[in-house]
Amino acid sequence: MLRRLPYLLPAVAFAALLGYFLAALLKSETHDPSELPSVMLDQPAPDFALEGLGDKPGFARSDLAGKVVLVNFFASWCVPCRAEHPLLARLAETAGVPLYGIDYKDKPADAERFLSQYGSPFRTVGVDPKGRLGIDFGVTGVPETFLIDKSGKIRFHRALPLTPEAIDKEILPLVQALQKS
Amino acid sequence: MKRKHRRLLAVSVALGLFALATALVLNALNSSGALAFFATPTDLEQKPPPPERRIRLGGLVETGSVKRAADGRSLDFRITDGKSTVPVTYDIANGPVPDLFREGQGVVVEGKLGSGGIFRADTLLAKHDERYMPPEVAEALKRSGHWQGEHPPATEAKP
Amino acid sequence: MIAELGHFSLALALMLALVQSVAPLVGAARGNLGLMALGGATAIAQFALVALAFAVLAHAYVISDFSLATVAENSHSTKPLLYKITGVWGNHEGSMVLWVLILSLFGAAVAWFGTSLPPDLRARVLAVQGMIGAAFLAFILFTSNPFLRLSPAPLDGQGMNPVLQDIGLAIHPPFLYLGYVGFSVAFAFAVAALIEGRVDAAWARWVRPWTLAAWCALTIGIALGSWWAYYTLGWGGWWYWDPVENASFMPWLVGTALLHSAIVVEKRDALKTWTILLAILTFALSLIGTFLVRSGVLVSVHAFAVDPARGAFILVLLAVAIGGPLILYAIRAPSFQGGGLFAPISREGALILNNLVLTVCTFTVFVGTLWPLFLDAMGGGKISVGYPFFDWTFVPLSVLLLVAVPLGPLLGWKRGDLLAALQRLMVAAGAALVVAVAVAAIASPAHALATAGLALAAWIGFGDLSEWAERVQLLRVPLRTSLARARHLPRGAYGMTLAHLGVAITVAGIAASAWDQERIEIMHPGESLAISGYAARLDKVEPIQGPNYTADRATFTVTREGALVATMRPERRLFTVQRVPTTFTAIHSDLLSDFYVVLGESDGKGGWTVRIYEKPLVPWIWLGCGVMALGGMVSLSDRRWRVGAAVRSRRATAAAAGD
Repeated sequence: MLRRLPYLLPAVAFAALLGYFLAALLKSETHDPSELPSVMLDQPAPDFALEGLGDKPGFARSDLAGKVVLVNFFASWCVPCRAEHPLLARLAETAGVPLYGIDYKDKPADAERFLSQYGSPFRTVGVDPKGRLGIDFGVTGVPETFLIDKSGKIRFHRALPLTPEAIDKEILPLVQALQKS
Repeated sequence: MKRKHRRLLAVSVALGLFALATALVLNALNSSGALAFFATPTDLEQKPPPPERRIRLGGLVETGSVKRAADGRSLDFRITDGKSTVPVTYDIANGPVPDLFREGQGVVVEGKLGSGGIFRADTLLAKHDERYMPPEVAEALKRSGHWQGEHPPATEAKP
Repeated sequence: MIAELGHFSLALALMLALVQSVAPLVGAARGNLGLMALGGATAIAQFALVALAFAVLAHAYVISDFSLATVAENSHSTKPLLYKITGVWGNHEGSMVLWVLILSLFGAAVAWFGTSLPPDLRARVLAVQGMIGAAFLAFILFTSNPFLRLSPAPLDGQGMNPVLQDIGLAIHPPFLYLGYVGFSVAFAFAVAALIEGRVDAAWARWVRPWTLAAWCALTIGIALGSWWAYYTLGWGGWWYWDPVENASFMPWLVGTALLHSAIVVEKRDALKTWTILLAILTFALSLIGTFLVRSGVLVSVHAFAVDPARGAFILVLLAVAIGGPLILYAIRAPSFQGGGLFAPISREGALILNNLVLTVCTFTVFVGTLWPLFLDAMGGGKISVGYPFFDWTFVPLSVLLLVAVPLGPLLGWKRGDLLAALQRLMVAAGAALVVAVAVAAIASPAHALATAGLALAAWIGFGDLSEWAERVQLLRVPLRTSLARARHLPRGAYGMTLAHLGVAITVAGIAASAWDQERIEIMHPGESLAISGYAARLDKVEPIQGPNYTADRATFTVTREGALVATMRPERRLFTVQRVPTTFTAIHSDLLSDFYVVLGESDGKGGWTVRIYEKPLVPWIWLGCGVMALGGMVSLSDRRWRVGAAVRSRRATAAAAGD
């Protein structure tokens, strides 16, 4: 029996390794997935006034005052944005708060085509062709989603595409809490 | 040599090597250059680390703070996380300034907090707003200073 | 429509793989020849189906079918055709299909060439291959489907990343996968042996060629990756100990141990359990390595959270694929009869030492790579492990092994004469001493370690050649006799000589990097910069227009003592679609050193930041890898280890070996 012990060693070592990986997997599900914590949390949203797409009006920060709003940065050239789109529509409906879109580093004509193909879940779309507003928001890519409270502070920033879990577990509860305050 | 003795010798040698490796590993982990701890500018301000500790500092490059020395050999700027700011100096002898290093962009530096609260960086990585790329490329780009956040590949498109 | 065909092919392949996993095993257990033969048929059919799926995917890339999500993300209509094709595996989904393609190719090869294998062994090996294939096909179909559609399809793709349009980067994954996946055959043989309860010399003879082939491919793959990083990244580095590199290096280290261990099983019927364990470990590291770099899955805790479905699948796959055989090992291995006795100082002993040190080296790399993950999972904060860790752990251990490399082959089987071996290495020791003294005389004491490294390289290289000289009895018998002996040496012997020589060359290249010279200056056109006896004059910097980029191109005239060495044109390109500035280094190599020029930023006043490196012996790093792989291939061509050689009598082959 004792002779057999060393042969068990690799299996035991591997089991320990798996244990660590499992712990990592479980722990990570409660973690914020971005490596750089969002620098914008609890900061007031930057001031801006954006043009709209085509002839439609854009929007400015003053339009958001006093309301809980969702802001989503997207672009027509962004494939994950396409995948996120139906979730955005669902989010806008279930959250019961207005969803504003910001078209980031894009050509208005392409964005219009994108929105007419997939439908627009946005109440209003502003354009940020050079990404200047994106820099102020701390955006480093698209899609990114922000939740802004009634006083204009950013309370949530997701630098990844939306997933049903993120919507149900993170965004919706926060929206409810913010609506009450 | 008897089989039993030979086995004992083999096991002893194996254990000895393993012990040696463990000693080397522990020694390496404890020495200053091998590990770097992540920190934000706020962390540095509130809990200044010991001067020999290697730090990986992340934040945004503060607009208007970038200055190049006249001989082009060092780059000075400030890193901010919205709450605190840390002055950084980077000697370009350590490697190229990444093409994407820009005011207002995300950046990660590695080095030590020096005297006067100035962070002496020997590694400079600018955040890259690129889509998914093969991890080999992402890792490799890191080496030339393009650091990519954890942007995942496209989630499944609904058919 | 065609894409759906590809999808369907993969699903069918999965069905076949499942059959292949079960039927031959049952057949082997019951002695049912029909069921056992089914293994071969399903393996070949599986390969055909996966090949079809791969072809469909490649076709979609070639015709730029952007209705497929992966094509839309990773390709572009204006990409050159070559890169459209290599783009097939330049992303997660496509690379998984390539993986499975190579896996099924190896499975089919074992089925096709293995007709002379005992049918039950063959059946079990194919069953294990089938299981691995089934797991990966399921992974693809359920979490990483390359045939997902985007509707409506975008007008053009996004995949114009200039960094990916590089031939070095494009072809190194296939080589890596040939390596990773090739080790699955040794793995399958190991598991089959555990199931069967038997390991003998014939088994080792079978395992050897497949392991060799995988090892060669992996060596080339790693070298290509390193060389690519060197010429692309612009500051002369070629190895960073980052997780991606380590993920490919670890299976290589253990694979090398496996290769050597299998020799002992074949020649001396010993070290069986060691070899089986190494075969399992090598493939386990291949698996972990493959997943370690999928979206940074195992390196970054957070990437798990990003796609927990994938993460969980991988974890289960690893648990079963590695845990299963290891448990089987714990149960079965103790009953394997040890082979012949041998003294500690003997070739067997040296090979055991080789195994041990390589495994321990792998352990240090493993710790360094995964330590951040462990620490983070335990709440110890986020850290990163840099290259000094590996310099202080891996390097000392590997030096230990490298010193022993020339000694091992000179020790006899069963009982080696250490003193005699050392005597035969006098020439090598002398050469090492000469090198050490000569280099120390002209180098600074700060470079003592590097000087020692060069001496070590000389020791290995001359020691290796001394062993060959010993075999042909050079200078002890007439030259003609020596030549005759040389002609009749088995190819395996030359394989070893070449491979160890390759090691020496690489070690020399690595050691010499201590003497790299570097100059970073702001230069204006007309100015000249001196470095290592060269003079580099910046003639001009002009804007140029490429097919899909604009660039600044500098022209340098490099001279040495007045004579023209090269005209070099480094560039800084700005690709129009990606708007990513990318540097293109200019490298002039004369195989003894590299002259490396990088154009940096403009200071806006007519000056340009320029980085110039002179790197002695750096080409030897990859040259050495090439020689190692060549040695492996020469060994592979040795008739004795040809598939089917197990049928020939041992006596005949022993005579030919002349050992």
